[in-house]
Amino acid sequence: MDWTLLIVQLLNGLQLGILLFLLASGLTLIFGIMDFVNLAHGSLYMVGAFFCATLTQWLDSFWLGLLLALPATAVVGVLVELIVVRHLYERDHLDHVLATFGLILVFDTLTQMIWGPDGQVIPLPAWLDGQVSLGDAIEVPTYRVAIILTGLAVAFGLFILVTRTRLGMQIRAGASNRKMVSALGVNIGLLFSIVFVIGAVLAGLAGMMIAPITEASIGMGNQIIIVAFVVIVIGGIGSIKGAFIAAILVGSIDIMGRSYLDVLFKMFMSTQNAETSAPAVSAMLIYILMAVILAVRPSGLFGPRGR
Amino acid sequence: MKSLTLRGWVTLIVLAALALLPIFVSMTGREFFLVLATRLVILAIAAVSLNLILGYGRMISFGHAAYLGIGAYAVGIPAYYEIYNGFIHIGIAIGVSAAFAFLTGLVCLRTRGVNFIMITMAFSMMVFFAFVSIEEYGGDDGLVIEVRSKFGQWVNLENDTVLYYVCFVSLLGILYLIRRIVHSRFGMVIQGARGNEGRMQSLGFDTFRYRLVCYVIAGALCGYAGALLGNFTSFISPEMMDWTRSGELIFMVVLGGTSSLFGPVLGAGLFILLEEILSGFWLYWQLIFGIFLILVVLFAKGGIDSWLGRRPER
Repeated sequence: MDWTLLIVQLLNGLQLGILLFLLASGLTLIFGIMDFVNLAHGSLYMVGAFFCATLTQWLDSFWLGLLLALPATAVVGVLVELIVVRHLYERDHLDHVLATFGLILVFDTLTQMIWGPDGQVIPLPAWLDGQVSLGDAIEVPTYRVAIILTGLAVAFGLFILVTRTRLGMQIRAGASNRKMVSALGVNIGLLFSIVFVIGAVLAGLAGMMIAPITEASIGMGNQIIIVAFVVIVIGGIGSIKGAFIAAILVGSIDIMGRSYLDVLFKMFMSTQNAETSAPAVSAMLIYILMAVILAVRPSGLFGPRGR
Repeated sequence: MKSLTLRGWVTLIVLAALALLPIFVSMTGREFFLVLATRLVILAIAAVSLNLILGYGRMISFGHAAYLGIGAYAVGIPAYYEIYNGFIHIGIAIGVSAAFAFLTGLVCLRTRGVNFIMITMAFSMMVFFAFVSIEEYGGDDGLVIEVRSKFGQWVNLENDTVLYYVCFVSLLGILYLIRRIVHSRFGMVIQGARGNEGRMQSLGFDTFRYRLVCYVIAGALCGYAGALLGNFTSFISPEMMDWTRSGELIFMVVLGGTSSLFGPVLGAGLFILLEEILSGFWLYWQLIFGIFLILVVLFAKGGIDSWLGRRPER
């Protein structure tokens, strides 16, 4: 067994999990509090990546680009909330799904009109571009470690925000009983907007962090958003804790499945069969996980009962 | 004979136009319209089948395109092994779709609301990724179907007009079937459970089983549409089961009007025509399409059906 590879893959799984958490935490908050299904969440992930790419190219600094792209993504989030999403809170899920599906088309096409069909590269500063050695003979890319640490810091900040601040108290109260919160004098419209924008910025941040590895491309959010949905369904809708645990679980299982499932399969079937079936099964692994969890607990690991 | 409403007239005119279209095409020689209409009719079948669960049963399935893909591959994979018998193709398409709907339905239908939307989407992505990673059948690149399904000597699908009429007659048959289902006792239970599931259960109906059967019927019908689509496009790829395709199917149903028999056909029709016209004159037509979609949701509750004078059901 190659232990170096195992550790690198574990870190990759953790990194994917962190990115998924950034996406899923916004989704789960928006759903938990406003009962709103936002398919266009992945578009904000894409918009964040493109903003960061352009700003980085203009300013010649990844950090400045990242710092300025965050408020820019927030502005897009505010606009989306104001123009479209706000009018849909009272509607049913079918309307949410359709309208935000329309938003995806709008965002994908607008991005293509502005930036053209090609992907945008984000150059990393030299000190992030190298390798960092962990213990003896294990080297991992510095940037991946940076993603993991940033993500953990954001997750911790979000946790403090939700559990320790007045805003967080209102958010949690809003998640359990919207009408009661507004009856107690909380400006529920403002609270909804704030939560939506927090979600937008978190999604944008995830996009900005992945873009130096994959480059920013049209429709980059449309695949990962499905995985983020899987995460919040597994974790239980509305639960930040559930989203975190499920994100790490899904990220690790996905990466591990892709790297080691063929080894596992070779133990009890022929090499050729293992090599053909392993990629197919590993691609389906997280969906199988979700099916199993929902079969046992229909509202997810930490979901509210009877939603 | 009772007088026809505006809706009735539109239904009649659309069906007559579809029935007579090949004559128009053979007179003018514009093959293009036949191709467009075949696609329209096939997607209308898919939309009608989705409406059975989405409209009548309020089961918002976001994975219906998976059945189109399963149906198409049920033509493509046997053809890859040089099995061209159409009855086998259709049998596999319907059988596998029904089996897939049954197995996933067992899990999906335990959930409600947004979980249902997402788990149906996830299952369709599971099929999507499975086909992407099977190299034998082209993986990402898809599969070319060179010979269409063979149904003996009487029905030759290689002829485009024959294929069109097979699709059109299938649409009529499936519309009739859905009408019978909706007005049967079974259909009443499904619609009753849409309004108030607890009430139906306390009346003694096992609503889970009714919904499951309904879900399987819708899947099998869409699998059939997929088999027609495979014959029509002659090129199939996993891309046709992407979740955005499922979103388009939902849009067709909502655009036409949910829980009306003919609404999804009108929705699919308007969708295909708009797509064709817009993509013809602007590279970025999807922008208009997306805005149109949002406007329909915000302001046009009930879809085409309500524009024609039918009150949207709540």
